[in-house]
Amino acid sequence: MSLSAESLAKIDRELTKYPPEHRQAAVMSALRIVQAEQGWLSKDSITEVADYLRIPAIAALEVATFYNMYELEPVGKYKITVCTNISCMLRDSEEIVNHLEKKLGIGFNETTADGRFTLKEGECMGCCGGAPLFHINNTDMHEYLTPDKVDKILEGLDK
Amino acid sequence: MTGTQTLVCLRTVGQEDPASLATYVKLGGYAQLRRLVTEQVKATEIISQVKLSGLRGRGGAGFPTGLKWSFMPRYFDGTKYLVCNTDEGEPGTFKDRDIIRYNPHQLIEGMAIAAYTLGARVGYNYIHGEIWQDYEIFEAALDEARQAGYLGENLFGTSFNFDLYAVHGYGAYICGEETALIESIEGKKGQPRFKPPFPASYGVFGKPTNVNNTESYTSIPWIMEHGGQAFQELGVANSGGTKIFSISGHVEKPGNYEVNMGISFVELLTLAGGVWKGRQLKAVIPGGPSTAVLPASAIIGATMDYDGLSKAGSSLGAGSMIVMDETTCMVKTLKRLSYFFFEESCGQCTPCREGTGWIYRVIKRIVDGQGKLEDLDLLTDVSSNISGRTICALGDAAATPVLSFIKQFRPEFEYYIQHGRSMVEDGVVVQEVAYA
Repeated sequence: MSLSAESLAKIDRELTKYPPEHRQAAVMSALRIVQAEQGWLSKDSITEVADYLRIPAIAALEVATFYNMYELEPVGKYKITVCTNISCMLRDSEEIVNHLEKKLGIGFNETTADGRFTLKEGECMGCCGGAPLFHINNTDMHEYLTPDKVDKILEGLDK
Repeated sequence: MTGTQTLVCLRTVGQEDPASLATYVKLGGYAQLRRLVTEQVKATEIISQVKLSGLRGRGGAGFPTGLKWSFMPRYFDGTKYLVCNTDEGEPGTFKDRDIIRYNPHQLIEGMAIAAYTLGARVGYNYIHGEIWQDYEIFEAALDEARQAGYLGENLFGTSFNFDLYAVHGYGAYICGEETALIESIEGKKGQPRFKPPFPASYGVFGKPTNVNNTESYTSIPWIMEHGGQAFQELGVANSGGTKIFSISGHVEKPGNYEVNMGISFVELLTLAGGVWKGRQLKAVIPGGPSTAVLPASAIIGATMDYDGLSKAGSSLGAGSMIVMDETTCMVKTLKRLSYFFFEESCGQCTPCREGTGWIYRVIKRIVDGQGKLEDLDLLTDVSSNISGRTICALGDAAATPVLSFIKQFRPEFEYYIQHGRSMVEDGVVVQEVAYA
């Protein structure tokens, strides 16, 4: 899959933040942009990003494998990442995890058969005042969760 | 003042459209930047006010900000950089998020003042990966500031130039460490650098760089407006100014509370609505898991400032107060924290990479009912052998909860090992609880 013109335009905007001789600095945002478009990062996509930034493919792969929010395998249309760290744990994130597992019929790092949902366990997201919480597709944060609220959020998602 | 809060960094909270430029300007925003730049106030004068203010690094290390600023080389033939650390990933820390989503312009003004003072031409604000919506709010604020002439070239008709950009992290606790953060800005794995050289001589792209926490920069415009002395007087000796405490866990009203340094623990807990469900206080981690846990009896009489928490046996850290009630199992809580440090160790230093995994496996074994009493000494031994033997402070951070949990709650760990289940869940109380 080739990078779309839209993604390239977004990557170009990121490049303006750095000196022209430091194109590598844009690799994190470039990988994020490509993942947002394609759902995950294939080896081919990572190589294309590297080529575009004129850096070795291994330099981009190294970044993609180091940071938790990049997906190196396909995930569902909606990736739900639940924080279970201490502040969320104290506010019963376990109840939210159990509810999601039961409702979706999957555990952590699994995807529903229809390809709609993937469940992930996350580390601290820096929003602990709103615990328990999860984010969807790395972008949409949902706080102060209860099982009822989880149901409403899932019902509100497009098919 | 809101209740007993003193809003310096969260000045726009409660205003309509708090993140907008119009709101900030209405409250006197950007007037200090304009004054300093147009009157060509000397860098030495600005730094001496910051020193006088008693402002210490709000990211957790507590290093005096004015002193840090004085480390930047005055004359350098090339670009100097300014970096803001909004990569708060220490569990229980969520204060900088509220600054960028409710009061982004005060951070921008604070950074611009620092850039003017230190001669930095370009700045980056590195924002925690999981808070995308807040990153977008900050990006929008940057656009507004550029259009209004507070960022860019020849600001206020002078020769002062400053460009500021937002950088988005993507899920790595280690990038809160300043040299890992710099590596990440450069588009690399977030592995901390050996120090020295410090960022002031070799930072972003190898150039002199000043790195401060979000709350530190955001305090600067207030200090410039009211003077360093006034800021110092908001707090107590060795802890000038206000501090945002992020309060999470077992309280009625979790959230951020900006208060004068030196507030009593009880007063702060009361602001957050007290312990939830009418339960008793068991323990508090006062500054995030890299600071030692305190039993209720040790923190109940403490004041919330650098010296006060040090006297109580812990430290202020980033002011991330995690409150635990009487139903909390300390063994299971430590297991979760240990997993976090294991997961987030960058893998560069052997003691941390191997030690954090070892610690996690031993605690998991205890929780699974397979523990031995010798495990407690083993845990202490492994933790002590990580501490002080790594490039960065993550190793010490991983050791602190293990050492402090076992020290403060040893009977609970022994009970778990002997019975194969939690003392708390068995309803056995041996730990004195002090606060109702």
